[in-house]
Amino acid sequence: MSEILVLVEHAEGEVKKVTLELLTLARSLGTPSAVWAGPGITPEAKARLAEYGAEKIYVAGDGDIVDHVVAPKAELLAQLVAGKSPAAVLVAATAEGKEIAGRLAIKTDSGVITDAVGLSEGFVADQSIFGGGVNVHSRVRKGTPIVAVRPNSTAPVAAAGAGAEEEVSVTLSDAAKAARVVERVKQEKGARPELTEAAIVVSGGRGVGSAENFSVIEGLADSLGAAVGASRAATDAGWYPHQFQVGQTGKTVSPQLYIAAGISGAIQHRAGMQTAKTIVAINKDPEAPIFELADYGVVGDLHQVVPQLTEEINKRK
Amino acid sequence: MNIVVCVKQVPDTATERKLRSDDNTLDRDAADGVVNELDEYAVEEALKIKEAQGGEVTVLTMGPGKATDTIRKALAMGADKAVHLSDDALHGSDALSTSYAMAQVLKKIGFDLVILGSESTDARTGVLAAMLAERLGASQLTLANKVEVGQGAITIQRLTDYGYDLVEAPLPAVVSVVEKINEPRYPSFKGIMAAKKKPVETLAIGDASIDAAQVGLAAAWSEVVDFAAAPPRAAGTIVKDEGDGGEKAADFLASKKFI
Repeated sequence: MSEILVLVEHAEGEVKKVTLELLTLARSLGTPSAVWAGPGITPEAKARLAEYGAEKIYVAGDGDIVDHVVAPKAELLAQLVAGKSPAAVLVAATAEGKEIAGRLAIKTDSGVITDAVGLSEGFVADQSIFGGGVNVHSRVRKGTPIVAVRPNSTAPVAAAGAGAEEEVSVTLSDAAKAARVVERVKQEKGARPELTEAAIVVSGGRGVGSAENFSVIEGLADSLGAAVGASRAATDAGWYPHQFQVGQTGKTVSPQLYIAAGISGAIQHRAGMQTAKTIVAINKDPEAPIFELADYGVVGDLHQVVPQLTEEINKRK
Repeated sequence: MNIVVCVKQVPDTATERKLRSDDNTLDRDAADGVVNELDEYAVEEALKIKEAQGGEVTVLTMGPGKATDTIRKALAMGADKAVHLSDDALHGSDALSTSYAMAQVLKKIGFDLVILGSESTDARTGVLAAMLAERLGASQLTLANKVEVGQGAITIQRLTDYGYDLVEAPLPAVVSVVEKINEPRYPSFKGIMAAKKKPVETLAIGDASIDAAQVGLAAAWSEVVDFAAAPPRAAGTIVKDEGDGGEKAADFLASKKFI
């Protein structure tokens, strides 16, 4: 089986769930090799990559790779594509993953597909476009297929690979080092999973009513181990930080479960969440368009329904 | 400071958006064309930088004839002039060919700073800014939440999942902006009138040394094989809260094994 490169998403030495999904997907189409970019790989991380099928783990541990914006990772992958001639390269369809894919496509003169929600033989990708209204099959016609796959598109399944480590050194061009990260500012978000890769997302909208009331949404999210999202109405009102906005001008999420509380379901919002597998909506207005999407809807006041739901979940755990 | 803002005309998301059944490309006639929303934030940011630093703001768009509406809007907001890359040979270009064609124009017209929205509401690939930086050998300052321009250098806050990165780079640079960065101004009546007199240069591919073999549907690096309307979601269960709405929702979540 031919080799497929999977760029590892990691933070503080830990492999992110989306990478396990990509390894699982890659296994159905070839032999996955994980690519670890930057310092900080741990024995646990290596074991995790092997557990999900990585036959090889390419490690480029140079700190320079992560001190600059995106370009060094694209150079590393381009070097591996030239040296290993893989059948495809998979990255996570996060904002950064897509940028890496874009630069890599140019470097290797290859086509790129972003936001794939599935991948089948011949690297034909499933995409859901226009806010979930149209399903598309697309494929790369030139070069090495480069595909950015949306988190939560595949259920991660363990199947041991050899996990043979191979050190890679990469010489970065001056151009790749142009944009330098001077400081990383972490904003407190507690122990919640990241919005774009969370399996469950609980979002609040205009119906939440105030910044303080978002604690109701957070309570439900925490009972489910979920991430918190917000509609544009809520972030515009300053009730919740902008980086949690789900929608056309915010993040796109594709979780297993999406709970929308006090969100009417305007196009702007639907464009960011419509590919969720299961959708639950809670809204006072029975005419709210969100109910057209909902697998389960409760017409009622979220300030009554959500605390009760949270309590029930905590009770049944 | 020579600032170029790239704007894209996209189908209005409030109307039905379609692909063409003959060649699987975007059906531009099916919906009204509007300025890509995030590009309005890019125009605003360019105008702010010009107001602080001096210089000139040029609007650059690639698209068919009717994309001039998009140019007029940006000019009415306060941009100085516009370049419209318009050629039938460009129809069906993918992200790689679009970035190639735009980079060729940018090389021709020159720039210190290129600013654009972080993605478009139609294709939503989010790759164009990174591709332009790669093709132009310029600094990539993308997903900017805040921009500060100094002498020959520029610093941005790059939005990340954990907060933001402070990123510094020399000019020339390609900047993409997120919605939080500013509040785009509305064109004034005076601005709308003034826009009618501002110069708009229309370029065909030959005018910008764009190789016809690198653009258009035939040259695209990727293709849509087929498409279909998404099947409508099966009607869900909707209940009215009678004081037990939370419990019922919990029952539903339990039936789906979420709890």
